[in-house]
Amino acid sequence: MEYIRAFIVGGLICVIGQIILDTTKLTPAHILVTFLTAGVILGGIGLYEPLVKFAGAGATVPILGFGYSLAQGAIEGAKSNGVIGAFTGGITATAGGIAAAIIFGYIMSLVFKPKTKN
Amino acid sequence: MALKKLGSQTVKFHNPPSIISTYTIVGPKEGEGPLKDYFDFILEDDMWGQASFEKAEAKIQEETIKAAINNGNLTNQDIDFILSGDLLNQIVSSTYTARQLSIPYYGLYGACSTMTESLSLGAMIIDGGFADKVVCATSSHFSSAERQFRFPLEYGSQRNFSSQWTVTGAGATILSSTGDGPYITYATTGKIVDKGIKDASNMGAAMAPAAVDTLITHFKDTGFSPSDYDLIISGDLGKIGKSIVLDLLKKEGYDLSNNFTDCGVEIFDGEKQDTHAGGSGCACAAVVFNGYIYKEMKKGNLKRVLLMATGALHSTIINQQGESIPGIAHAITIDINKD
Amino acid sequence: MENMTNKEYQKYAEKKVPKPTYFKNMLMAFLVGGIICTFGQFIRNLLFKSGLDEKAVAGGTAIILVFLGALLTGLGVYDKIGKIGGAGAAIPITGFSNAIVSPAMEHRTEGLIFGVASKMFIIAGPVLVYGVTSSVLVGILYLLLTKGR
Repeated sequence: MEYIRAFIVGGLICVIGQIILDTTKLTPAHILVTFLTAGVILGGIGLYEPLVKFAGAGATVPILGFGYSLAQGAIEGAKSNGVIGAFTGGITATAGGIAAAIIFGYIMSLVFKPKTKN
Repeated sequence: MALKKLGSQTVKFHNPPSIISTYTIVGPKEGEGPLKDYFDFILEDDMWGQASFEKAEAKIQEETIKAAINNGNLTNQDIDFILSGDLLNQIVSSTYTARQLSIPYYGLYGACSTMTESLSLGAMIIDGGFADKVVCATSSHFSSAERQFRFPLEYGSQRNFSSQWTVTGAGATILSSTGDGPYITYATTGKIVDKGIKDASNMGAAMAPAAVDTLITHFKDTGFSPSDYDLIISGDLGKIGKSIVLDLLKKEGYDLSNNFTDCGVEIFDGEKQDTHAGGSGCACAAVVFNGYIYKEMKKGNLKRVLLMATGALHSTIINQQGESIPGIAHAITIDINKD
Repeated sequence: MENMTNKEYQKYAEKKVPKPTYFKNMLMAFLVGGIICTFGQFIRNLLFKSGLDEKAVAGGTAIILVFLGALLTGLGVYDKIGKIGGAGAAIPITGFSNAIVSPAMEHRTEGLIFGVASKMFIIAGPVLVYGVTSSVLVGILYLLLTKGR
């Protein structure tokens, strides 16, 4: 059951993105930024957490979930360490994903070459 | 006195320069397209053993020019000038080609209009008596253009239906003061026309107004009508640009529906090859002209052709600053007879 | 040509562009996005089973998915998934990974410093800028709003 919820919620979030892509001049880079910021805001006002509880990875895997983690981290940091925590909390909570992207990006660029499309 | 000037933007050559040799090299995708039998050399690998796409493009242009010179039974010393250009920043493919050839070089930037820009200027230099033999050339490469103007190759984005596919390849023409044709008899130099299109994935619409302007000017200056040509062919307007040109010329009273097409529409099979609106890039007009059109004229199947390469003079930087994309189109009349 | 204003021309040119295949694109985005999220759920469950807490599971899932996105980008598969899935491939965290890995690979030819390292963020850089900025703002707003209580 939780797999079905993850599939449907994750899929629907992507459909919203596709509709924006197809009906506006926005590029995928715009969508990434918009969805991430939306995730931070929804996470900040507490609206995203119920969705994470309901859909699990369906809510955390889309970039909205990345924004939610940033917001959660910043709020928790602020709770325990005040202003300094507000600065450090977001990146701390998402450090794994960011570090992985940097390290694996670096490794892949050494191992693989881009291939021409045809 | 501009003795050879005709009307507002056209020149008529008194001693029309002759095309004495051409050569074309294309990438693997172009080599699977409908015009594959007209190209001189089809690459199996578009990197051609080079370390980067830019270096590969330079090698393609260099080998194309060398082969065109060779085809004409000439040596580098016989050539007075190279007139060439490409899409890359600082036209590096052309510069690094010229570095290898030690022939006096004029670098041109006209984006995808370069083929007719170089042929117009080459013909003027020869008819003016400043040279006997001139090489006119240009190149483009899908992957070097993608990374400069769009996204990395491995980035997972969708191309919309108005987008075009940059042709990998190069074409070179050798013009001579003597020869038995086909000849360049007229050249109409285009003005920049910009109707405010900002969408970099709809180059056809950005260039079409310039194409319309040059065509109308050409007919007015020369007194020709569309039916005087066996073929009127634009460079890389693609399906959308082609349809706009047909519409707008009809409004102005010119019917091109029988003999007008576009190199970008002809070079790929849009359905099978998934190229959306068609081919683009400097090489699009260059390989279709130096391959298909030249060979058909040599056979006598085409007698008089109006070739009009079209350029979207697009810079990502000023485009991001909010500017629109200026278009240009230069037309030349190529005739198997001198007059 | 002269009797058409720029606005009129832009409107006319807009109409010439074929409309995207809306339904097919939405369906493919739904399927591709859904499959990636379902796979994410599978990893989450696996990590929960191994006894990790919620935070470690979230971090671990992100790292594994980022790795898979990077590997598929390196193998030249992710761009094809993106072509089919559109937003369904771009919005999951694997798409974020693709946005970082693809320029890094592409610019390897310009060296390890100015190529790989500095071009790595040409697409995903804005994500980090806006993500970090907005999260710090959320943290500070939280402090301002809860101080009075």
